[in-house]
Amino acid sequence: MSQVADLAAPIEQELLPQPGAASRWRDRLRRFLPPAIVFVLALVLWEAVVNIFHIEGFLLPKPSVIAATFIAESSVVFPAGLFTMREAVGGFVLGSLLGIAIALATARWAAVAEGMMPFAIAVNSTPIVALAPIMNQWFGITNPLAKMSIVAVIVFFPVMINTVKGLTQVDAAALELMRSYAATDLAVLLRVRIPNSLPYLFSALKVSSTLSVIGAIVSEYFGGSREALGVYISQQAALFHFGEAWSAIIIACLMGIAFYAILLTLERLIMPWHVSIRATDEE
Amino acid sequence: MNTVISVSGVSKVFNQGRDNRVSALESINLEIDSGEFVSLLGPSGCGKSTLLRLIGDLTSPSTGAVLVNGKSAAQARRGREYGMVFQQATLYDWRTVSRNVQLPLEIMGHSREQREARTQEMLKLVQLESFGRHYPWQLSGGMQQRVAIARALAFQPSILLMDEPFGALDEMTRERMQMELLRIWEQTKNTVVFVTHSIPEAVFLSSRVVVMSARPGRIAGIINIDVPQPRNFETREHPRFFEKITEVRECLRQGETNTHKGPPS
Repeated sequence: MSQVADLAAPIEQELLPQPGAASRWRDRLRRFLPPAIVFVLALVLWEAVVNIFHIEGFLLPKPSVIAATFIAESSVVFPAGLFTMREAVGGFVLGSLLGIAIALATARWAAVAEGMMPFAIAVNSTPIVALAPIMNQWFGITNPLAKMSIVAVIVFFPVMINTVKGLTQVDAAALELMRSYAATDLAVLLRVRIPNSLPYLFSALKVSSTLSVIGAIVSEYFGGSREALGVYISQQAALFHFGEAWSAIIIACLMGIAFYAILLTLERLIMPWHVSIRATDEE
Repeated sequence: MNTVISVSGVSKVFNQGRDNRVSALESINLEIDSGEFVSLLGPSGCGKSTLLRLIGDLTSPSTGAVLVNGKSAAQARRGREYGMVFQQATLYDWRTVSRNVQLPLEIMGHSREQREARTQEMLKLVQLESFGRHYPWQLSGGMQQRVAIARALAFQPSILLMDEPFGALDEMTRERMQMELLRIWEQTKNTVVFVTHSIPEAVFLSSRVVVMSARPGRIAGIINIDVPQPRNFETREHPRFFEKITEVRECLRQGETNTHKGPPS
């Protein structure tokens, strides 16, 4: 029928033109070029400022010095980074699994949610790294579990709160439809509540990924294994080895970015339908 | 004709026993025959949506009973007798068009082959065969609503309940969708209960229009629409169509004045 063609036309047009490979590269270049230029300019400026004002190396080393130290020390900082990353990821997995599990329970039994949410929100806004010395006592200062448990507690609350939101803030009409299908609670959970909660969950996971790297490093400042990145940073800084400290900070920075990027990729793979992914030239 | 839906002595009170008590419906009696297209028409607040929700067992009456083929509305719902379409298409964002249509079939435990065959058939019925792999946000409002209709009919319910399904569409799309719906109705022979506040829409689509008045929600009159079937674009210019529109409008106005003259509640 021609009326259908009329309706369909604008949509087909929107979807059909796939950009060619060449124009896609041009788009990418346009997106990545400005930040790259800013980055290089910032390094040049930093180098120049240190040179012109004769800033002492122990206060602020030049980028060139940091780069040299980074290469020289890579056999130390990379393993240290991996060690700390294991704590961060371990705690992250532990905390988010626990958060998701509790969220599922609260979605099933509303009373649990009502009882727990005020406390969860309160705890979520307290600085949890403050517990680090206590965890060090509980698990032993060199035990990675001490750091993992800090990270787990940090991750737990945002993940739980967001997942509960996603599981419960479902469009009323969507639930009524399920009711009209005489769907079981389990079917509603699997087919409506859980998919609905994914965007909420992922925004919590993305925030938590960077938080968990911060949590692991900061809790190492309170003492930990000699292989740990946080311990390395605090020791090198205490010895005025700022080149080494900055090298480790670069590693920490890369870890945070890599973790975030992994979750971003996962999100895109799992929810190709979501609003945030429709416009690919954002973020 | 055999009665499919029978509403007898139904009233619905919201916030019973509180200050903000609202009597949404009062002493409603209505019988709907198999294969009929019945519209519930009235101003906002007349309880037309509530009546539809009572029939669909999305809410239960304060007094009276709704029977569907002699069973309670709850039994009918559990027996998957109702296909529902709301004002918003309420498609699930995370599912493609065809997986949206498949959803009720998944829940009802149909096999994959059955689901896919049925989905193809339904998308063909609403003329969206080539859009199965699209996501809802890629479709226009009218197309989304057609997917919602396909989904509602996928499991072959005998009754189609529609709550202002075209209310959010522009006038042109709306008229096209009305034609589509009639074409589908002729093929599927469903019993349709259709809520609207548009007089021409009710007259154009229905075999009977139930005119309702507000505060409290009551049936002001039931008007047989003997405009020739099948309806098409010429129907809208048929003299009988205009006569019926006038009759419905009169009935709505009388319902209104009766309300104002009625005893203060």
